[in-house]
Amino acid sequence: MSSFPQPSVIGARTPMVDSVDKVTGAGKYADDLTLPGMLVGKILHSPHAHARIRSIDTSAAEALTGVKAVVTGRETPVKYGILPVGHDETIFAVDKVRYIGDNVAGVAATSEAIAEEALRLIRVDYETLPAHFDPEQSMRAEDYLIHEGRPHNIEREYHHHFGNVEEGFEAADYIREDRFDCAEVTHAALEPHSTLAKFDPDGKLTVWSSTQVPYYLMKTLSSTLQMAEENVRVIKPLIGGGFGGKSEVIPLELAAAVLARKAGGPVKVTYTREEVFYAHRGRPRQIVELKTGVTRQGELTAVEVRVIQDGGAYCGYGVVTILYSGQLLNAMYDIPNVKFDGYRVLTNKPACGAMRGHGTVNTRFAFEQQLNRIAAVLGIDPVEIRRRNFLKPPCRTVNDLRVLSYGYPECIERVCDRSGWKHKYGRLPYGKGIGIAGSHYVSGAANPIIRSMMPHTTVNLTIDSDGAVTIFSGAAEIGQGSDTMQVQIVAAELGLAMEQVKIIAADTGRTPVDLGSYSSRVTFMAGNAALAAAREGKRRILAAAAEKLACSPDNLALEKGGVYYRADCRLALSFQDAVRLAVGRDGTLQAAGTYTTPPDSQGGKFKGAGVGPSPAYSYSAQVAEVTVDSESGQVSVDRIIAAHDCGKALNPLAVEGQVQGSVWMGLGQAVQEEMIWQNGRLMNPGLLEYRSPSTLESPPIETILVESNDPEGPFGAKEAGEGSLAATIPAVTHAIYDAVGVWIDTLPVTPEKVLKALEEKRRSCELTSL
Amino acid sequence: MQKEKVRLHVNGRVYELEIDPNRLLLEVLRQDLGLTGTKRGCDDSSCGACTVLVDGEPQMSCLMLAVSYQEPEITTIEGVADGCELDALQRGFCVEGGAQCGYCTPGMILTAKYLLARNPDPSDQEINEALSGNLCRCTGYIQILASVRKAIELLRQEQPQEVER
Repeated sequence: MSSFPQPSVIGARTPMVDSVDKVTGAGKYADDLTLPGMLVGKILHSPHAHARIRSIDTSAAEALTGVKAVVTGRETPVKYGILPVGHDETIFAVDKVRYIGDNVAGVAATSEAIAEEALRLIRVDYETLPAHFDPEQSMRAEDYLIHEGRPHNIEREYHHHFGNVEEGFEAADYIREDRFDCAEVTHAALEPHSTLAKFDPDGKLTVWSSTQVPYYLMKTLSSTLQMAEENVRVIKPLIGGGFGGKSEVIPLELAAAVLARKAGGPVKVTYTREEVFYAHRGRPRQIVELKTGVTRQGELTAVEVRVIQDGGAYCGYGVVTILYSGQLLNAMYDIPNVKFDGYRVLTNKPACGAMRGHGTVNTRFAFEQQLNRIAAVLGIDPVEIRRRNFLKPPCRTVNDLRVLSYGYPECIERVCDRSGWKHKYGRLPYGKGIGIAGSHYVSGAANPIIRSMMPHTTVNLTIDSDGAVTIFSGAAEIGQGSDTMQVQIVAAELGLAMEQVKIIAADTGRTPVDLGSYSSRVTFMAGNAALAAAREGKRRILAAAAEKLACSPDNLALEKGGVYYRADCRLALSFQDAVRLAVGRDGTLQAAGTYTTPPDSQGGKFKGAGVGPSPAYSYSAQVAEVTVDSESGQVSVDRIIAAHDCGKALNPLAVEGQVQGSVWMGLGQAVQEEMIWQNGRLMNPGLLEYRSPSTLESPPIETILVESNDPEGPFGAKEAGEGSLAATIPAVTHAIYDAVGVWIDTLPVTPEKVLKALEEKRRSCELTSL
Repeated sequence: MQKEKVRLHVNGRVYELEIDPNRLLLEVLRQDLGLTGTKRGCDDSSCGACTVLVDGEPQMSCLMLAVSYQEPEITTIEGVADGCELDALQRGFCVEGGAQCGYCTPGMILTAKYLLARNPDPSDQEINEALSGNLCRCTGYIQILASVRKAIELLRQEQPQEVER
């Protein structure tokens, strides 16, 4: 088939299939939807960080004209949580509130003003309790614990030991210990969460919601409202960004449904921006105590890490977050001995959860920073120390992660070449610096959240007799391009132009199960399922065509909108004629494809082994260049070069967009974003106060796509949407060191911290010179 | 609250309605006129998602009382395309990936439209300064800049060429 090489839609810079809807304003997001008779839902939030609810009086609210329903925790006692091991939330607080912002009651009314007035009329009698705000203090607490069955407010702890770190440290010539403290950050997707819920007269529920996980939302609605799953339908409209903030069930999604049931009419709840900040589920504050041993040549002999995460008041994804922080210390470098002690701690603040680079980011910052510090002490080039510790795939890490494709070495070389590393590192004038770091991420969790024998994803394909192809997929397009990716794959496999393929995605009443858009799983998993479905469709079309043409299907190819003879590339039938033959033969032309992770990619057998394994890992290397003003402490990032191993760039336009977005979000965390808490109250619950970077604070980002062609990825593809985030932070802090000679181990790197470090450095130099 | 009669001029049409005088233009556009392309992102003029053009100038509709804007012509994202013919900026944002989740896109396009109307040949710095009040959480602004650049290129190509005499 030399005349039909790589299908042309694969690897082409392809605009998103939904981009016209987005640029014209025609596309509908959850808050854009209305239904006749729709009511406005509002939620009453706790003003206390920790308090027992003695009583709630809703009579005045219920008596207000225009109020159609008031719901409190007594009516919603069923516990839920995204993890089967973490069912500790109820839709509204039953007997206790656990953070400022906790959900106490819901109101549905004919207008927003009436709903807000009704909230003011609800009388709650609280008995305030001592609260826990700092994770290191909270994990020593004996009294006033946040949840029953969680002694010392420890949600979960893990203690892993692979190899033998004692022997590893003995073999080391140099051992370094550092403590890192990374502030809490949040997704701040531009679209505030919104949910519209409607009951039909026959009792069936339909919910339109801003969710990354329609399937899990459907299951949670079913369990908390105690309805059969087949009576709950979740439809995902356009989503205005997720980054993990919509990857678990958010209280308003359930509140809208219970309010709709009680009010007897459709209810929409949309968060204010302040409510979005308190709904949170972002990246927890993480304290990392890291100890690394190396030989004189810089070869890693042992790594020991203690991680404390400030998880907030509920489990959420917390058990997974803490495990990622230890498990994915591996699969970047060859580390023979690893010890991990991880503590997920409860505090009286909004629950943390999954945020882009879930659990891995702050540990990666710590590790890369420490590796750069070690290189500086030993006088080894930071690039060279990485080269000396590369993995040699195919391989399994000490904690049983399977690594096949590994583009990290190429990423490192490419960013060095592009940046002129050799001529710059250590050679720029004072105040200018360059730094390097790496990171990686899973291409989908190998194990589902709810363990089952079901495939991770299924994609159905219908091909009509007029040749129109429709994909039915449960994968959630959240702006990352998953719809476009599936259309591309199906079009490529069927030899069609993308315009001939349509997609209907993420409607649990119409589309097959996909577990959702989290853990960067969609390209690898839904992409593989779409490919399998298209292959099955193709097989049936070619079988029917072969019958008609009296030849073997092996002699035919489906390309360029037709069936061709392989031997001489002669057109045999048009696509439409071939489809008609297949429909005539079989009655309908439908195909399904599924994806399940290979057993040898699913990880080890120890406690906590389920988190971290993936069928493939993406890799990133980055070089940052900065200017540091030693008078003001201000850090300006001038340029970032990011090389990302995405396996195969199915759509370079989308992959570059994902890498740039990841780098940019990492940059925000590195130098300016931070949730500032005071006694459980958020001091900066607005986009300006949170300091989401504007165009003026966003440097040029140059992307280099590295294609390692993963043997199991669809057309070789791996993840692209998260893996680049973590490397940005240590690359920037390394560049700050190169610029002014100080290491900053706490995030974000504010001017105050830089000035303090410079002052300390100056003092210690004076002491030395005495 | 006593409702007020208002006449709004939006996207070349005149709308007559009775509204509470405290209602924001953003709410009226979205809820009463069904023009949901104008987005609410922050409630406090931090993000620019609700940007509309008022007599061609970008303003945030979350800060504007609808009753105070009866005279000027208001343009929302729905009024940017000429029928089915997309504006150069809209095409630029499609082709160069300027719209990932798409939520900031209407505000970005309208703000950029104002810039290009005043300055058809802006530098990158001028584009970034013009868009600095419009936040995006997806792109890092790289492909947004490329999208505006693409639009400038498209507009230049479409300009009638001067015939040499």
